[in-house]
Amino acid sequence: MNGLQKNSRFLRDNLVVFIFLALSLAALPFSGQAGAIPDNLMARVTRNAFLVFALIIPIYAGMGINFSMTLGAMAGQIGLIFCVDWNVVGVWGLLFSAVIGTPIAILFGLLAGSVLNRCKGREMVTSLILGFFMEGVYQLIVLYMFGSVLPLRSPNIELSRGYGVRNILNLATVRGSLDDLVAIKTPAISLGGLVLSPVKIPLVTIAIIVALAFFIVWFKKTKLGQDMRAVGNDMAVAKAAGINVDRTRIISIVISTVLACYGQIIFLQSINNMMTTDAQSQTGFMAAAAILVGGATASHASIKNVLIGVTLLHFMFETVPNAAPRVFGQADVAEYFRSFLSFGVIALSLVLHAYREKKKEEEARRANRIAAGETAAANAAAAAEGGRA
Amino acid sequence: MDEDCPLLSLEHITKDFDGTVVLSDVSFKLCKGEILGLVGENGAGKTTLMRILFGMPVIAETGGFQGRCCIDGESVDFKSPFDALDAGIGMVHQEFSLISAFTTAENILLNRECTHPSFLNEVFGDRMSVLDRDAIRERAERSIEKLGVKLDPDMLVSEMPVGHKQFTEIAREINRDGIRVLVLDEPTAVLTESEAEVLLSGMRSLADQGISIIFISHRLHEVLEVADRIVVLRDGKLVKDVSAKGVTVKEVSAWMVGRDVEAKRASGAHREFGPEFLRLDKLWVDMPGERVNEVSISVRKGEIFGIGGLAGQGKLGIPNGVMGLQLAGGEALLDGQAIPLNDPRAALSMGMAFVSEDRRGVGLLLDESLDWNIAFTAMQIQDRYLKPFLGSRFLRFRDDRGMRELAQEYVDALEIKCTGVRQRAKELSGGNQQKVCLAKAFAIKPKLLFVSEPTRGIDVGAKRLVLDALLKYNRENGMTIVMISSELEELRSICDRIAIVDEGRVAGILPPEAHLEDFGLLMSGRGATEEARVANA
Repeated sequence: MNGLQKNSRFLRDNLVVFIFLALSLAALPFSGQAGAIPDNLMARVTRNAFLVFALIIPIYAGMGINFSMTLGAMAGQIGLIFCVDWNVVGVWGLLFSAVIGTPIAILFGLLAGSVLNRCKGREMVTSLILGFFMEGVYQLIVLYMFGSVLPLRSPNIELSRGYGVRNILNLATVRGSLDDLVAIKTPAISLGGLVLSPVKIPLVTIAIIVALAFFIVWFKKTKLGQDMRAVGNDMAVAKAAGINVDRTRIISIVISTVLACYGQIIFLQSINNMMTTDAQSQTGFMAAAAILVGGATASHASIKNVLIGVTLLHFMFETVPNAAPRVFGQADVAEYFRSFLSFGVIALSLVLHAYREKKKEEEARRANRIAAGETAAANAAAAAEGGRA
Repeated sequence: MDEDCPLLSLEHITKDFDGTVVLSDVSFKLCKGEILGLVGENGAGKTTLMRILFGMPVIAETGGFQGRCCIDGESVDFKSPFDALDAGIGMVHQEFSLISAFTTAENILLNRECTHPSFLNEVFGDRMSVLDRDAIRERAERSIEKLGVKLDPDMLVSEMPVGHKQFTEIAREINRDGIRVLVLDEPTAVLTESEAEVLLSGMRSLADQGISIIFISHRLHEVLEVADRIVVLRDGKLVKDVSAKGVTVKEVSAWMVGRDVEAKRASGAHREFGPEFLRLDKLWVDMPGERVNEVSISVRKGEIFGIGGLAGQGKLGIPNGVMGLQLAGGEALLDGQAIPLNDPRAALSMGMAFVSEDRRGVGLLLDESLDWNIAFTAMQIQDRYLKPFLGSRFLRFRDDRGMRELAQEYVDALEIKCTGVRQRAKELSGGNQQKVCLAKAFAIKPKLLFVSEPTRGIDVGAKRLVLDALLKYNRENGMTIVMISSELEELRSICDRIAIVDEGRVAGILPPEAHLEDFGLLMSGRGATEEARVANA
């Protein structure tokens, strides 16, 4: 392979990353508040990273992007509702939410896993629709069952009609309890004409994310991790080797759902309010967009993809939507750009991935054919040699 | 070898699928450390026999089998392949069952990895143990050594040459504890000659270590080289069970293909043909499972040219490549004009038609009526059966009456059994569907017709009718036909010349009255004989 080919393949494999970087950098001068970007970016990345990690294990197991991670997010939200209702405050409140959320997330994960096992090969679209469907179930729980079947003690969060949780849940009691547990603030730095505002670094949140990353690296080395890779690469071969394929796949979805539950709790504690009925609705898309921007595909993902992706995506969110109103002179295009870009990136990287796989297959078959031609020629030559002798 | 205490014996195995007998009363024995060569044509029953031995679920699902399998003299009844593995029988399949993103060592120890426990074992069980990479590597190396080949345990399967994949697979089987019988299904088919030699000596050394081997191969010279005994299956019956000593390839191929009844040749043994009509020069086709490497043939006008060969050797790729359905390259000329490859429409427009082996997928619009099916290609390619609306070229309607008349004509000519031309294609029987496919091809009045596996899956009577229809259009309309079939007898009954394709290239071209042994030799990978070269020239 010559240098040009190598370069073009590198470009092809990382096209999404480059498009994103170019777009964000182009928008940077127009965004108007470059100085605040480092601080905002730090807040956004630490808020979101855990959720994005939740996607990694199903990708190992060959199940693509698990859009049904929103089920885990819902479990986390149910945990938070109980936590606010019982008035457990601070970091203990978060732990309490996690304890409530875990069994619900496991249950949801088992459900999602067994549904996805019934539609092998179409996991992504199924998990997407399953996420939408379960949103209805979640809303039934939150709007009708809380206060009627499930106990609701605090009148502040109950709807005035006597059952159901209010549309907006005030999370003041747990707000920032993890981020602010141990945090340091850098001094403001002046770079030439640009003044970078102080950056708050939430050390505990970062420590948790790093610990999760190490756990995933370690997990890959376990027997279960190896089985997941085997199942992800070739279900038929794994099954023939005696691996319980269905069970392995369900476990991967359960792990993903439980991680999404914790991820959503971490995400929401850094925000003041929770939209009770639809806080989870964007979770799956944002996480998927982040991991794909980072260069992951539906069949391959790494820690690196998560970290690069979550940073790039939020860098884009900090620049493009802010730049757009200035460039177009209209304030309401910011939100348009936000959703346009996050959905666009999902579509683009899925298409590119399919294209790349096809190319790779063609290349492999061409290489095979050439190799077969060479051996045949060698055999013929050997036969001719033998004939003479 | 102790003849008295066979390790494995199969006794009176009989199996039918819906009344079609595929194995009848097959019995043989396998002794410790013996290599048994199992040979037979496609469909002779080798695969079914091995499926029975391994307790594949498909056997039980289709009504089980008669007879019994014994190991160490005791009758066994495996419910699944895992039971067979536990009893010490391993199998290496024709298709690779390796995980391409894993290394050699990981594949060899797939699901039998060495691990050490971790802190999570107490809570979540053994699957949370951590892999012991060094031990895995070491055990893999040991079984590679046992096989006597050179393999890098850290190489990824996706980067390996095919030969190494085959070695990896065998190394995996012999890595199991207590492996006693190893079944190798066409292990050398994908290997180069030098790799095959390494493998054969590896097999010999395994046999010396006491492992018995059932070696299934169509490369007869390899079977004779390595096997102690040869078992020949033909049409589900065991026709020979002899020591391999002193047997020649020619004898074995005669046992393999020999039929009790010789096919009747249609009249007109010496026919006159026109000039060269179709020429393929170094054609390659990239068709999954049927790779064509380099095929050069020349077909003359008015000829029925047969292409035969074993499954997966590339014969089906040739028409699919020429007609533009699969990625192809090289040169193809029709009547001196270059055929644009990879362009199905252009191929059809040049006056070629193709009756695909994939009748229900490519051949028919299953949910549409017969008249639609028959007139469809003519309408799409030749603009026939379209009426201009108010003389406009751009808005045209179907000529339904014309289509019905056309369909009725072919229904009568080919004796298609149907309730009428408006019946839907999927309601017909296989043989009648095949005739509809032929009618569809005949309707565009092609100068050259490719027919691929025209009689696959249809009953004997219908076969004759389909072949007669082909003969009739050849004789009466002078249509040149290239017929691809796995059934040698069928090719011999109507073709003027027959090319045998082996490993993606033409192994030789024979006249239909050539000896069966010669066809067998070409199929079994032992190059062209003198006569074949003469016929080719």
